[in-house]
Amino acid sequence: MIFSDLFEETIFSMSSNKSRSALTILGIVIGIASVIALISVGQGTSKGITDRIESLGTNLLVVMPGSQRQAGNIVRGGMGSSQSLNLEDAEAIKATVTDITAVASTVSSRKQVTAKGQNTNTSIYGIDTSYFGIKSIEMELGNQITEQQIKSKAKVAVLGPTTRDDLFGVGANPVGQRIKVSSQEFTVIGVTLTKGGTGMGSSDDLIYIPLTTAQQYVTGNQSVSNINIQVSSADLMSFVQAQVQELLLQRHRIADSTQADFSIMNQADMLSAMSSVADTLTLLLAAIAGISLLVGGIGIMNMMLTTVTERTREIGLRKSLGATSNDISSQFLAESVSLTFIGGIIGIAVGWAAALLIAKLGSLTTVVTSWSIFLSVGVSTLVGIVFGFYPSRRAAKLDPIDALRYQ
Amino acid sequence: MIKCENVTKSYQTGDNSTTVLNDVSFEIKEGEFVAIIGPSGSGKSTLMHILGALDRPTSGQYFLGGKNVFDLSEEEMAAIRSEKIGFVFQSFNLLPRSTVMRNVMLPLIYNRHVPKSTRRAKAEKVLKAVGLEADHWLHLSNQLSGGQMQRVAIARALINDPSIILADEPTGNLDSKTGAIVLETFGNLNKAGGHTIILITHDKHVAEYANRVIEIKDGEIISDKKNL
Repeated sequence: MIFSDLFEETIFSMSSNKSRSALTILGIVIGIASVIALISVGQGTSKGITDRIESLGTNLLVVMPGSQRQAGNIVRGGMGSSQSLNLEDAEAIKATVTDITAVASTVSSRKQVTAKGQNTNTSIYGIDTSYFGIKSIEMELGNQITEQQIKSKAKVAVLGPTTRDDLFGVGANPVGQRIKVSSQEFTVIGVTLTKGGTGMGSSDDLIYIPLTTAQQYVTGNQSVSNINIQVSSADLMSFVQAQVQELLLQRHRIADSTQADFSIMNQADMLSAMSSVADTLTLLLAAIAGISLLVGGIGIMNMMLTTVTERTREIGLRKSLGATSNDISSQFLAESVSLTFIGGIIGIAVGWAAALLIAKLGSLTTVVTSWSIFLSVGVSTLVGIVFGFYPSRRAAKLDPIDALRYQ
Repeated sequence: MIKCENVTKSYQTGDNSTTVLNDVSFEIKEGEFVAIIGPSGSGKSTLMHILGALDRPTSGQYFLGGKNVFDLSEEEMAAIRSEKIGFVFQSFNLLPRSTVMRNVMLPLIYNRHVPKSTRRAKAEKVLKAVGLEADHWLHLSNQLSGGQMQRVAIARALINDPSIILADEPTGNLDSKTGAIVLETFGNLNKAGGHTIILITHDKHVAEYANRVIEIKDGEIISDKKNL
């Protein structure tokens, strides 16, 4: 049997029972569409996480204080609760470690903030002048904090856009207004441009004030909460991390690195940890979608078995006309593969549309990748082969005499 | 052309063995028009299945064109059915919702030796040979009368230019008048076209159209004589 005959026979038999073929195809369409749409949600989440981490800055190492330890007490405080880092550490890093482009120390604390009767609880960041550069933060309104204001411990504040919305109303210009933090009055000098993202690590919901001001009036001590180090190239991240580790151990007089009173977060490590979480999510979503594809496949098998039974006499006739078992089985296999292939193609279109719709209506980001499309076409064809195989073998094995007598 | 030597066919059901054909031997030469006649249960259908390479005998030998069909593989038997045998069935067995043309050309998709470009010409030739008017050729099979359907089935059996045409009760579903037309078609094919025809029937009147009648009863040949 030549290919063009096989093709014509397949088209003919699919179109001879249009509604049943259409319903079977629908099963596959739903399966493939859900695979495409759910993988796009997973991939979108993954991209969102990557973008968020990259928005923190590029090639960043963050040194954080370790947990607080007291002599004779085996209970450790929370991570970052100790006051083991100070500005001298930052200066030493800047002076001795090579391949770094900038060092920015921050002091942070959560405080209640009030302005004209409105109040909110937000993070107060004491920063120096290099901070905005490292984090690539831009201004929406007003000015950044200057070297002069840091030297003079000026009571000025730059607001994140969310904090501005909370305190002064959405889109208001608060420059020149006053806010109250820890019973100290600050003058607002600017608002940063939104960077997106919510929750932990959002650079929209906070207040920036000069580092020295924060040490004096907010935390009341000389320690810093973070030292952000920007490395000159991505390849040198671990090299610089090792240098910083060594320097700080030496400065803090700690011999055993497991006893270190600080920790260094590598942005690349964080990225890979978060992406692996996102990949697991994608896999989970794909597995759920896979179940509907499986159900679609069983639908194919069901239809093919019904077709084989209905066409028993025809199979007998074809065998009597000289069809071999292979001719018969390839005819039924071609039919089931065609059904799943058509279902796969329509499913890609529907799944893609669904992904766009999810992105438009929901707050989720969706990304349709080419590999998910190739995967679905491959899987749907495979479903056709796997679930068409048993019915086609059954058709091929029919005894022509019994088949011709079948009523 | 066809030679059966001591063909026996028996079925095993549980502990019982039923012998349907018992030691049947005969020979059919090229160009003969033979009727195999017998009551139902006589074994004539089983004999037709063996002659048509759809079934194998339990013992004995069946030669078709010099080849022992008993020795062939499944694939080779399919090839024999495709190239050497044309079947005509009692219930026509046409593809429903398909045109006359498509039905007649159906056997050609299983025959590798016929190029696709020659199919239509072959179909037109056999449709003319069975006397079906050209205006019916594109009708759907279920729009035809019984006699027309059976002539389409005969055309389908002829299309591969087979050595023998095996017809199993070809007039069983037809009234006597259309049955006569179908039987005359067979007669013409035998006389004018030189086709070898084997007609299986229980009806003595039908058997009268053949040149030779083999009578079979309880799995054995009880008479084999020429029609005068």
